[in-house]
Amino acid sequence: MNFFDRFAIPHPNIAIYASMVAIGMTVIAIIAGLTYFKKWGYLWREWLTTVDHKRIGIMYLLSALLMLFRGGVDAIMMRAQTAVPDNTLLDAQHYNEVFTTHGIVMIIFMAMPFIYALMNFVVPLQIGARDVAFPRLNALSFWLFFMGAMLFNISFVIGGSPDAGWTSYFPLAGNKLSESVGTNYYMIALQIAGLGTLLSGINFITTILKMRAPGITLMKMPIFTWSALTANAIVVFAFPVLTVALLMGTMDRLFGTNFFTTTNGGMDMLWANLFWVWGHPEVYILILPAFGVYSEIISTFARRNLYGYKSMVVSMVIISFLSFLVWTHHFFTMGQGALTNSIFSITTMAIGIPTGIKIFNWLLTLWKGKIDFTVPMLYSVGFIPIFTIGGVTGVMLGMSAADYQYHNTMFLVAHFHYTIIPGVVFAMIAGLTYWWPKMFGFMLNERIGKWAFWFIAISFNVTFFPMFFAGLNGQARRMYTYSTSTGFGPLNLLSFIGAIGLAVGFGLLVYNIYYSFRYASRNISSDPWDARSLEWATHNPVPAYNFAIIPEADSIEAFWDAKQKGSSLFKGEYKKIHMPNNSGVPFIMSCLIFTWGFSFVFSMWIPVVITTLGVFVCMAHRSFEIDHGHYISVEEIEETENELRGA
Amino acid sequence: MKKNWAKLTIFFSTIAMLTGCKPLMVLDPKGPQAQTQAKDIMLSISIMSFIILVVFVMLAYMLVKYRASKQSKDYKPPYIKGSAVVESICVGIPVLIIAFLSIVSVQSNNKVESIPKGYEHEKPLIIYATSSDWKWHFSYPEENIETVNYLYIPTDRPLEFKLYSDGPITSFWIPQLGGQKYAMSDMVTTLNLVADVPGEYMGRNANFSGKGFAENTFDVKAMPESNFEEWVKDVKKTAKPLTKDKFTELLEPGHLGQLTFTGTHLKYLPPKTGENGGHNHSSSDVPKNSNNEHADHMNH
Amino acid sequence: MMKIDNSLPLEYKTEQNQINILGFWIFLGAEIMLFGTLFASYFTLVNRTGNGPTGAEIFEITPVLIETIVLLTSSFIIGLGIHAMRLGKKTAVMIFFAITLLLGLVFLSFEISEFVHYVHIGAGLQTSAFTAILLTTLGIHGAHVTLGFFWGLFIILQIKKRGLTPEIANKSFIFSLYWHFLDVVWIFIFSFVYLKGMM
Repeated sequence: MNFFDRFAIPHPNIAIYASMVAIGMTVIAIIAGLTYFKKWGYLWREWLTTVDHKRIGIMYLLSALLMLFRGGVDAIMMRAQTAVPDNTLLDAQHYNEVFTTHGIVMIIFMAMPFIYALMNFVVPLQIGARDVAFPRLNALSFWLFFMGAMLFNISFVIGGSPDAGWTSYFPLAGNKLSESVGTNYYMIALQIAGLGTLLSGINFITTILKMRAPGITLMKMPIFTWSALTANAIVVFAFPVLTVALLMGTMDRLFGTNFFTTTNGGMDMLWANLFWVWGHPEVYILILPAFGVYSEIISTFARRNLYGYKSMVVSMVIISFLSFLVWTHHFFTMGQGALTNSIFSITTMAIGIPTGIKIFNWLLTLWKGKIDFTVPMLYSVGFIPIFTIGGVTGVMLGMSAADYQYHNTMFLVAHFHYTIIPGVVFAMIAGLTYWWPKMFGFMLNERIGKWAFWFIAISFNVTFFPMFFAGLNGQARRMYTYSTSTGFGPLNLLSFIGAIGLAVGFGLLVYNIYYSFRYASRNISSDPWDARSLEWATHNPVPAYNFAIIPEADSIEAFWDAKQKGSSLFKGEYKKIHMPNNSGVPFIMSCLIFTWGFSFVFSMWIPVVITTLGVFVCMAHRSFEIDHGHYISVEEIEETENELRGA
Repeated sequence: MKKNWAKLTIFFSTIAMLTGCKPLMVLDPKGPQAQTQAKDIMLSISIMSFIILVVFVMLAYMLVKYRASKQSKDYKPPYIKGSAVVESICVGIPVLIIAFLSIVSVQSNNKVESIPKGYEHEKPLIIYATSSDWKWHFSYPEENIETVNYLYIPTDRPLEFKLYSDGPITSFWIPQLGGQKYAMSDMVTTLNLVADVPGEYMGRNANFSGKGFAENTFDVKAMPESNFEEWVKDVKKTAKPLTKDKFTELLEPGHLGQLTFTGTHLKYLPPKTGENGGHNHSSSDVPKNSNNEHADHMNH
Repeated sequence: MMKIDNSLPLEYKTEQNQINILGFWIFLGAEIMLFGTLFASYFTLVNRTGNGPTGAEIFEITPVLIETIVLLTSSFIIGLGIHAMRLGKKTAVMIFFAITLLLGLVFLSFEISEFVHYVHIGAGLQTSAFTAILLTTLGIHGAHVTLGFFWGLFIILQIKKRGLTPEIANKSFIFSLYWHFLDVVWIFIFSFVYLKGMM
């Protein structure tokens, strides 16, 4: 029994037990369903072994939506607990677990896969390519992310959730003060998912630099692709820092080292520095593709070209670069002194300048346009004013002396939600709605979508605007409760009411997906929005090879221009198309890595060694493997094209 | 989109009502450091409000004037590449704003890290604030007394708080007197505050430190110097000495009420400095302990 | 995709080859950040020796010099190997690669005995922040070399079985980039960890 003790939850409660049951039942239901409907073969052939960027994108998307649900439930619990003073819905321990999980899930397991879903599906299509540079690696990236997410998500039912905040500062996150395996889950699940992201970074940069169709020079690329290029460049240089930090944290917790301890030379500040050297670029990794989505959508639905394309590109490059020079603003109060704080204060505020130019360029894209308020457009024009509030409060926080009052208060919480939600989340919903017909062959319902938007946009402000005031009134963040005499009650109650509205809004989003799946017409045009960029020049559904003939583009909006002129982007004859083969190795290797990670969390060293060997066997297999893909014959292409054109 | 305006007005007024018409703590300074910070905050709010206004007005204008329902059916929006002049203005004005705020920020940084103006020639009252899970221990080394979870301080006298922690990183924060600073286990940080106005103020740990974090608060009472001296005398007469055993007991994780002692904990849990443990970043005097920054360098 | 451009060296001849090489350079960029972070942490923690020894007290110049000469030589040898590859000399390539890997093994054996020695004299992984970062930095470099050993071995086996195809030439070239990179990292380790530490 001693062996199984380690898997027990250190702080159980009814909700956790209920979740255990729910998870168990869901797993059984899935296995039963797959068996009953004889879908195992289909699952393996079409999804588990796919290397197709479109399929991988959809898997990222489904994962992100699932994680949005989990993170959202965490949020509701937090707001419910703090809605009234001295509330007893969640005790301190559980509140701490919930906000830690909320942060990690939303950033690493919801926002990251969401942007990769859109980048995976759209970028190769936008540059006229047939897939990414390294399709096999792409599949591995997805499965690594998925396994990291699964590993993290079972923590709260096996062994215990991490509870030291998503920033996991030491020495709080060390063995002495965080005794459960929760923080081990943090270190290892993030390491696994992070590795997947790093590989994607390499993949997308190579794809964008090397696989553009003829005529698409760098300065003629769609702006979303530019945003993907800059974001992935940040990934390549930021994620290794996290790798090292997590390694050191793991070693401190599992191997007794003294990187971040309070004895023997350990330096707790080193963790904070390393974490944020990664952490700040991370938020720019999230926001840049979001900016790319907005540029595409605003341009499409204002029926105008993007204003100031060049400065939009340059601003993203500058933002990428500057994002590495501001990390200390996350701990102005850590005692480094006026000079250091002054330098980082200036660099922090400076980042507002390239961001500001983008806001003005979007506004000027609307100028002399013909604005169509579709659901994606609503999110985009809602983003502009709300994000601006987030952005300017960022400049306020950047003034380090004033930050001594804002730091770690609800003011800060309001700021980052005012940038991440209108910035990233709205963009993801907008992008999802916008590219949905291309992904799935039907449109999401406009009416339900508009209701969802208004609920979300208004409720968001009701939830988070009061927090600016609560922070200035002395409410620190991460407080599970407060007394009546502090006076924080009414503002927090308002936040809770807003949170309910957000829940309704997101519920409508999910309902929209279900409703549209059931009732929406499948008989739609391959260009339902009358859009401007190359991905819309494909059929619905997009065939495996994307384009039968590689397009030849000669302007920023080649597809739009071709439509106006009545010319074709596709010149020449069909030729046989070379495509990569499916492979089960990424999935299998990732399952081994999941097992490795799980064993590591619980210090079960024999399974760790065995699975490590297994992973190396997979890598050796890959080295010796001869796999030259397959060809799609001209006859097959003709058949597919005729079918799709007729539909 | 004009609805947004109405909504914002409702929000602002609702929130003003909800805060109980009492000024927000951070914007109700009772000391020069908090004053500097409150001024900076109000300055930045006004400048940022201007930026928000510009964006909101531009957006409202664009959306109202150029919405599709207002245009003719066959209106074809023009291709507008961009203008270097427009871009320069859109970059130039923010650059000027940021440059201005940078100057303000640098000046304020130096202000909050040093003894406030006017008090430079007075002898500061040194208080060591040590956090342990989840309470604050305040040592007054010159007066040789110690309090737990409450501070009595004299008004109109520079206060030099020396911060460190027995355990996780915490943050010492008295919003109405000034900003916060981290207290850590491997170095001592310094926070210079002054209380101008007598009164009772809230203090708390602002950096999440585990289960007992939310209740990790302390009361601050600022009083005229003479009253403060009297209180010190009182404590020396009536309070029990802080023994090593007692202090070890106090360090146990948990919450304590307000306690008073003679003697301090500094000899039981001295602040860590020096090469092997850490080093002192503060701009004030060299720490009392044997190793100092200069000795570190001599070892090479 | 399999168009062969005969004006380029063998490892660049196909489009996929060029893509692979670019991808690997980007990976090396990430590796630079990885080792950069380790070095930055090393400089931060180098004096935090707690109750344990300093670098000057434990570093021994002889094994370190041998490790350096061995690794630098192996880098030179693999350069010869790639040159032979471009000339199409299959046997020469295999021999040069084998010598490279052998030298790598020599490097590793010295490093392992160095680690064992440190543990014996009380400078183990758990002793202090300094020993933790020292051994982790050296260890991660060593782990990279170990991985490289097996990777190189697999390439030799493939050359033996399939000859110098564009694909295998591509793999060999990428491997040589990896090996040179590890050598460059070692030069930094030698200079800023050992030499500086012994001064």
